[in-house]
Amino acid sequence: MDPIVVGVELRNLSRRFGDFHAVDGVDLSIREGELLVLLGPSGCGKTTLLRMIAGLERPTSGEIFIGGERVDADVPPRARGIAMVFQSYALYPHRTVAQNIAFPLEASGMPRSQIADKVRWAAEMFGIARYLERYPRQLSGGERQRVALCRALVRDPKVFLLDEPLANLDAKLRNTARDELKRFQRRIQRTTVYVTHDQVEAMGLGDRIAVMDHGKVRQIGTPQEVYEDPVDTFVATFVGQPPMNLVEVRDPALPPGTLLGFRPEHFLPQGHFASGEPTQVFCFAVRRVEYLGSDRYVYGSVAEQGFGEATVIAKLPAIVATPIPEGEALEFAVPRKALRYFDAATGARREGGRGP
Amino acid sequence: MKRAGLYAAAAGFMLFAGFPFYWMLLTAFKQNRDLYVGAFDTRHVPWIFNDPPTLEHVRLLFGQTEFPRWVLNTLVVVVAVVVITVVVAVPAGYSLARLTGRWGERLGMGIFFTYLIPPTLLFIPFSRVVALLGLQNSLGALILVYPTITIPFCTWLVMGFVRSVPWDIEEQAMIDGYSRLAVIMKVAPRLIVPGILTVVVFSFTLVMQEFVYALTFLSSVDKMTVSLGVPIALVRGDVYHWGALMAAALVISIPLAIIYNLFIDRFIQGFTMGAVKG
Ligand SMILES: Nc1ncnc2c1ncn2[C@@H]1O[C@H](COP(=O)(O)OP(=O)(O)OP(=O)(O)O)[C@@H](O)[C@H]1O
Ligand SMILES: [Mg+2]
Repeated sequence: MDPIVVGVELRNLSRRFGDFHAVDGVDLSIREGELLVLLGPSGCGKTTLLRMIAGLERPTSGEIFIGGERVDADVPPRARGIAMVFQSYALYPHRTVAQNIAFPLEASGMPRSQIADKVRWAAEMFGIARYLERYPRQLSGGERQRVALCRALVRDPKVFLLDEPLANLDAKLRNTARDELKRFQRRIQRTTVYVTHDQVEAMGLGDRIAVMDHGKVRQIGTPQEVYEDPVDTFVATFVGQPPMNLVEVRDPALPPGTLLGFRPEHFLPQGHFASGEPTQVFCFAVRRVEYLGSDRYVYGSVAEQGFGEATVIAKLPAIVATPIPEGEALEFAVPRKALRYFDAATGARREGGRGP
Repeated sequence: MKRAGLYAAAAGFMLFAGFPFYWMLLTAFKQNRDLYVGAFDTRHVPWIFNDPPTLEHVRLLFGQTEFPRWVLNTLVVVVAVVVITVVVAVPAGYSLARLTGRWGERLGMGIFFTYLIPPTLLFIPFSRVVALLGLQNSLGALILVYPTITIPFCTWLVMGFVRSVPWDIEEQAMIDGYSRLAVIMKVAPRLIVPGILTVVVFSFTLVMQEFVYALTFLSSVDKMTVSLGVPIALVRGDVYHWGALMAAALVISIPLAIIYNLFIDRFIQGFTMGAVKG
C-alpha cells in the first residue's frame, strides 16, 4: 500500500485566549486532495483552527505541517501556499472584480498580460466573466462568493481554506453553490479544509468530516461513519436532523447508566418489518404528529418497560401510510443492527452489549 | 405628498443654512447709513439694500488691513498642521487599533484624555517651550502648538475608525501574497481614506477658528492669522466695523463651504462608519 500523502497535518495543536481553550489539543491529518469538513456548533473553535493553519493566528502550542513541511509561527501566511476564503468574502471594496482576482497575481510579480489572461480564464470557470468591471458592492451574495473563490483559485495554492463560504446565501442558492463547489473541488483535486456548522452541508460535501466541540475534535470519519457510528452522544445528536434518539435503559443485563440510541428513520411501526428481522420493540406513546410532506415526524415517548422519559422522534417517510392517531400507544420497532449504546455519564460509545 | 414634505423640509434647512451667508453679503456691501439705523426708524427694512451697495468696506479690508497677508499666514499654518497631524495621527491610530492588542485600548484612552486638558492650563509651559525654541511671535509657534491639540484627538479618531474597518481584508491581503508591511503601505491606506479625510477636516477647522493661542503667541500684525487679525484690526474698542468684518468672513467662508461640500459625504462616513458599516 502506498504511504498516504499528507496535505495538512496538525499535531496536538492548541490555542488559548486567556484561560479559555478555543482549540484544545487537536490532532488531524488531512490527505492530499481530500475535502475535509470541520463541523461543529458556533464557538467551538473552527475558525480559530483554520486561522492557525493559515498563519493568521499563532498557536499556543503544537505543530502544523503543510505538504510535509513544518510551518512555524514565523512562516507568514503568504509563504504557506494556501488560499483562504473568509466568511465575509473580504473582497477589496475599491477594486473591481477583475482587480480583485488579479490582486494575488500582482503580488507574485506575474507580467500584466499574463495576469489578464489568467483572470479571464478563472472568471469564465466560475461564470463571473460578465461582472469583471463591477465593484463588489454591485454584486449579489452568490456572485461575491464566486469572486472570492475565484480569487483563491488563481493563486494555485497547495491548500484551500474555506470558512463557511456559503453561510451568507439563501437556502436555494446554497444548494447550487454547494454542488458547484463540490464539482470544482473534484476537478482540481486540491486539499481543502471546509468549515461549517451546517451538518447537511458537511454530509453533502465532505470526503471526511471532523466533528468539533469545545475546541476538541470528537470524531473524524466519512459522512457515513460519522452518521452511523457516532463515537459519543455529542456527535450522535449534532449530526442528523432530527437528531439521534437517546433513551435511558434500565436493564439488569446492561451496566447501569446506559443510553440506547437509534436514528428516527429506523424507528418505524412494527408491522413494517419482515417477521424474521431481529428488532427491538417499543411501546410508543404518541404525543404529536408533524406532517412535512415527504416525511411525518412523530413525537412521543417509550417510557414504559424500563426505558427513560426522554422524548423520542420517529421519522416516517411518506410511503409508510400507517395512520398514527395522536394520544395512543402503538407498537414501534428498531432493527437491532441500528441500535447504539452510550455511557450516560461520559457520553462515550459503548460497544457490544446485547439488546435489552 | 411625501415628496412635497421632503422638499419643504429641505428648503427650510437650506434657508436656515443659507441665511447667514445672505446676511454677510448684505452687510458687507451696505452703506454705513443703511447699516446703522437704530431702532427709531420703524419703516426701515433691514434685509434689503435700502441705499445702493458700496465697495467701501471691501476697500477698508483689503486697503487698510493686512488681510491678504493673514490669509497667506493661515494657509501656511493650516497646511503645516494638517500635514503634521496626518503624518503622526494616522499611523499612530492605525497601529493602536491593529497592532498592539489589549494595550492599544488603554493607550488610546490615555491619548484621548490629553486632548481633554483645557488649553488655559498649558499656556505657561507652552510659552516656556516656545521661548526656548526661539519661536515667539512667529508662525512656528502655532505650528508647534496646534498639533498638540489635533494629534491626540485625531489619533483617537483614526483608532476608532480603523477598528470599524474589518480586519479580514488586510488578512486576506497577507494570504494573497503581501507582507504585513506591504499591507500597511498598499492596502490599508485605501481602506481608511474616509478616516484620513476626517482628520484633515478636523485639523483644518481647528486652525481656522483658533483664537486664544494665536493671541498669546503672535504680536506683530503681519504675523497674524485670519481668526486673530480680523477681530483685532476691525474691532476698535467698542466700535465694530461690521461691513469689513462681514466682508472678511465672506471671503473666507465661501471657498471653505465649497471645499466642505466636496468632502462632506466622506466626512460623515468617517464619523458614522462604525454604526452603519455594511
Ligand atoms: N481573539 C480572540 N480573543 C478571545 N477569544 C476569542 C478570540 N477569537 C476567538 N475567541 C473565542 O474562541 C472561541 C472559538 O471561536 P471561533 O471563531 O473559532 O469559533 P467558530 O467555531 O468559528 O464559531 P462560528 O461557527 O460562530 O464561526 C469563541 O468562544 C470565541 O469567543
Ligand atoms: Mg467561525
